[in-house]
Parts: sequence; C-alpha cells; structure tokens
Amino acid sequence: MAARFDSEDALKAAADAAYLAGYRKMDAYSPVPIEGLAEKLGNRRKTIMPLIVLLGGIAGGTGGYFMQWFSMTVDYPYNIGGRPFHSWPMFIPVTFELTVLCAALAGVFGMLFLNGLPRYHHPIFAAPGIERATVDQYFLCIEASDERWNLEGTRRFLEGTHAAEIVEVPR
Amino acid sequence: MPDSTPSSNDREPLSPLGYPARLVGPGETLGSVSSKIGDIVLKGQHPRGWWVGFGIAFLLLMVFLFSITYLFYKGTGIWGINMPVAWGFAIINFVWWIGIGHAGPFISALLLLVFQKWRNSINRFTEAMTLFAVSCAGMFPILHLGRPWVAYWIIPYPNTMGLWPQFRSPLVWDVFAVSTYFTVSVLFWYVGLIPDLATLRDRSTARWKQIVFGLGALGWRGSAVHWQRYKMTYLLLAGLAAPLVLSVHSVVSFDFSVALTPGWHSTIFPPFFVAGAIYSGFAMVLNIIIPVRKIYGLQAYITDRTLNNMAVVMLTVGLIVFYGYASEAFFAWFSGDVYERYMMYNRLAGPYAWSYYALMFCNVVVPQALWSRRVRTTPVLLFAVAFFVNIGMWLERFVIVVVSLQREFLPSRWGMYYPTFWDYATFAGTLGLFFTLLFLFIRFLPMISMTEMRELVAEGVSEPVRGPQLPPVFAELAKR
Repeated sequence: MAARFDSEDALKAAADAAYLAGYRKMDAYSPVPIEGLAEKLGNRRKTIMPLIVLLGGIAGGTGGYFMQWFSMTVDYPYNIGGRPFHSWPMFIPVTFELTVLCAALAGVFGMLFLNGLPRYHHPIFAAPGIERATVDQYFLCIEASDERWNLEGTRRFLEGTHAAEIVEVPR
Repeated sequence: MPDSTPSSNDREPLSPLGYPARLVGPGETLGSVSSKIGDIVLKGQHPRGWWVGFGIAFLLLMVFLFSITYLFYKGTGIWGINMPVAWGFAIINFVWWIGIGHAGPFISALLLLVFQKWRNSINRFTEAMTLFAVSCAGMFPILHLGRPWVAYWIIPYPNTMGLWPQFRSPLVWDVFAVSTYFTVSVLFWYVGLIPDLATLRDRSTARWKQIVFGLGALGWRGSAVHWQRYKMTYLLLAGLAAPLVLSVHSVVSFDFSVALTPGWHSTIFPPFFVAGAIYSGFAMVLNIIIPVRKIYGLQAYITDRTLNNMAVVMLTVGLIVFYGYASEAFFAWFSGDVYERYMMYNRLAGPYAWSYYALMFCNVVVPQALWSRRVRTTPVLLFAVAFFVNIGMWLERFVIVVVSLQREFLPSRWGMYYPTFWDYATFAGTLGLFFTLLFLFIRFLPMISMTEMRELVAEGVSEPVRGPQLPPVFAELAKR
C-alpha cells in the first residue's frame, strides 16, 4: 500500500505518523534526497559507508606502499646514484594515489552492494504513478509484510495523512 | 533585497555586493527542471548549432585518426622533436589537456565541500569535460613513446621479464596519478548520473529508451535508505576527489621539477601548475558553456551568477599564476646561478621571446578585464577573455617545455624546435576527439544534473539568495 504526496513536508509528516502508529516495514521514494528521512522511517543506525571507504583507503595505501617497498628493495633492488633502496619519500605519490583509488572504488561498489543495486526489478515499480517518484512526487510505501499491516486499516491510516492519492502495489 | 546599486534592473536580483544572485530562474519547479533538461535528451531535436559543431569536431577527429595512423606507421620522426627539444607538442598538449580537466573535480568536489550551490548547474558538464580532456591527455605520452605498443610495461604486473617499473621516477607517478584521476572522475560522474538516468527511464515513452536508461540507472528507485547511503558516498567521493585536484597536476609538475634543467628545477612548480590547471580548466568551461547555454536556452539554470562566480575564481587563480611567473623571474635573478639567469634572459630576449610576451599578454594582461563587473556578466566578453586564457595556458607550457630545453647548459647543445604539419594535425585532432565526445554527451546524457537542480528547487533557493555579507561600514562603501 503506497501513498503519493505532493510535497516533501507532507511525506515527512506521514513518515513520522506511520512510525508512531507502529509501522516498521516501510520505505519512502523521493526525487531528491531528504535529510533525516531514513531515520524517521526507523533506520536508527548510521550508514556504515564511511567505514567501508576508510577500509578501502587503508587497504590501498598499505598495499601500494608494500608493493613499492617489495619491488624496490627485495625483488628488484636497483642502485640509482647510490640512493637507499628503501627511499620512502619517493614512494609517497603512488601510495597516495592508490589510497584514493581504492577508497573511491570501495565507496562506489560498497554503496551499490548495500543498496542491492544493480537490481533488475522491484515490486514498487508496479505501483501506478511511481514513475513520478524520480521526477516530482513523493511516495510512502507500507509493505504487506509489516506486522500491523491490514488492507483496511492501513488504507484508512494513509487516508488520514495529507496524501494526494493512495495506491495499492500489486505483489 | 536591498536595491544596492542603481544599475540593478528588475529582472536580475543582485546580492548586497551587487553581484547577480539568482541560482535558478524564477518559477522553476521539480517537474519543470526535470522536463526541461531531460527533454534535450529525450526529444532529440537538436538545434543547427549542434550539427555544425558536431560536424566540425567529427572532421577533426578523422584528422586525428589519420595522423596517428601515419605516426604508428612512420614513428615519432614525423614530428619536429629532436635533440635538444625531445619533448615537443606531445608533452605540451598532454599538460594542457590535463590542466583543462582540472575544472571538473574542482567544481564538482571542492566546491561541493564548501557548499557553493552555484556549482550544481555546471558540475555534470565539467565532469564530462574532465573525462574527455583526460582521455585526450592520456594519449600523448603513449603516442610520444617510440614503441607505443609496449606502453603497458609501465604498469606493475607479474611478468616473465622479472622486471618492475621504477617507482622512484615521476613518470611512473604520472601513470598512477592520471589513471587514478580518470577512474575516480568516472566513478564520481557515474554515481551522479544514476538518479538522473532513473528520471530519464521514468520519463521516456519509447520502450528501447526505457531499457537503455533503465540499465544505466541500475534499478535506482529513490528509496530513502538508498538516498542516505548515496549522499554519504557522494560526499566521501568529493572528499577523495578534492585532494586529487591538487595532487594530479603536482605530480605532472614533478615530471619537470625533478629534472635539473634550468626553468624546470623549481620548488614553486606544484602549486604553480595546479593554479594554472584550474585557470585553464575554468577558461575551457566558460568557452563551452557560454555557447551551449545560448544554443539550448539554459539561462534559467546556468545563471549569470554562475558565470560571474566562475570569472571571479578565474581571476583569483590567474593572479596566483601571475605570482608564479613573478617568482620564477625573481628566483632566477636571486639564485645568482648563471644558467638560471640565462634561462630567464632567453625567455625575455631569446629566439622564442615572442611566446613569452604573448603568454604575458594572454594570461596576465587580458584577464585583468575581469575586475569589471560588466565583463563578468556579459557572456560575449567573458567568452573572449576565457579564450585568451586558453591560448595563454598553452603558450605557458610551450615556454616551459621548449624554451627551457632549447638552450640548456652546454651552448654546443643548443638548438631550435620547428613543429611539423603532423604536430599541428595531431593537436587539432585531439580537439576533434574532445569536442566529438562532448557533443555526443550533450546529445545522449543530461548535461545538467537534474537531481542537483531539483535539490536546489526543493531547498527553495529559486528565490534570490543573499550574497556575502559585509560589515556595515564596508557595505556602505560598496554601495558607492
């Protein structure tokens, strides 16, 4: 069961009301990111994206430095003008670049993985009018798997919000 | 809105300092933003300007294919390079193109981190420009190799020769810097595109367009939880891309400054190169978006405020670049070193003195026009200034590469550099590649980020925003 809203504020109010009414299995769809909406829907935990990016960066940095140290001092030592084999300042640029590269790759692929993307289909795409969720309309969908969900009650609840339209999402 | 200056007309609101203050045209809504930008792609009706531009660019691309085919057949002897000037056009063009690419992450990442909302309308475009400019740049070092087919030897991979690349060499750093830069730019660009592709998928009516854009959108549905992770990732990517802006051209400058050649061996090079890169990048962005916004009628999104702010950034980095020129000259004198002093003398009065004076005219004299508000807000004049800067930045690399190499330490090694037809053809050819890709991008992808424009509208900044606030005393002065 999904409700369509004309404005960001109506969606936010409805999300608050739905959470207070005890609904938990729900999601909102909006054309613009809305600060704090995920929290209103009950996702109290912060996203672990920063941790993933940090780990990617650490892996890239240490791996990059190790590669240079190993190749230049152990595997293929080469005397250039009597400079030390482990000439660490010269290894910094590549270490830095690999840190950034691996952190960025970890960030993007981590984000896609956590979001379950790429995904071929999702039930919400069957909702009438959902194509405007990426243009100018806001949707709040309470899923049938929620404990408090029932066809009549949920519809009545959504009618009580400032919804422009209530649509049933076919399974 | 205080009507601070008598020259302010009713249509364009001004900030307290008298700058154009509008971020988005009046009366724009979420829907109108999405349809106006999306329709350029979906409707597929393209003005004559697009066809003319694409035609010229495509012809030049063919010139490029022809000249590199001949290059691969004959070798680099077809270019004017020889001892002592072994780094001719190829390296000049490499540095020039890389520099142009710098506007992308500067605008999309650095300005995002400092909450400059006027960047929202141009970041997609400049990121695309970055990708294409770096593509052009990346080719030159490979074409400049005597044996371009073994270019992959510079990448560390387990090989039967038992060799490793020399990690103490700035040329290897360059490979890592440029490839990381390109990869991160692609990621940043694509992540930004995902919600836009979803919008196009949902707005298109033709089945095949829905499929193509749908595949690109990766099943994006605008879920609140997804947005949360998305925004965090986008911010982190910006944080990662911002130091790249500064590092890539620093590494490029190491190619020069690690060498001992007078005119190259200088500690000012990294910041000097980075400022120059942002300078030429902004100039190229202005040279492209001014005609594009006119042809496609996008004045409501790429507003005068954006142009004005870009001009201000350009003027600022231009002054930093000028400081670089001045300190080069000062250090040449102050070092007391005969070779350094001669390098400067050679620039001022040697056989290539014309290039140094032309450089000063294009990069130092002409951009001073940007102090005038009228120039900054008159697209035609701004376009002209930016054009001079683009030429000037190319000349700067010519001065650094050719004039330094041409008269090094030993007078018996002195020589001249004469570019050949193939040098010019290859350079013109990469311009063709760049603009061909750019025109195709305008045709097939949204050139302005619909998502970020929707954010602007949703935040309600379609109303004019106030500019920087000055203490009352200065505000009084500024009104005069």
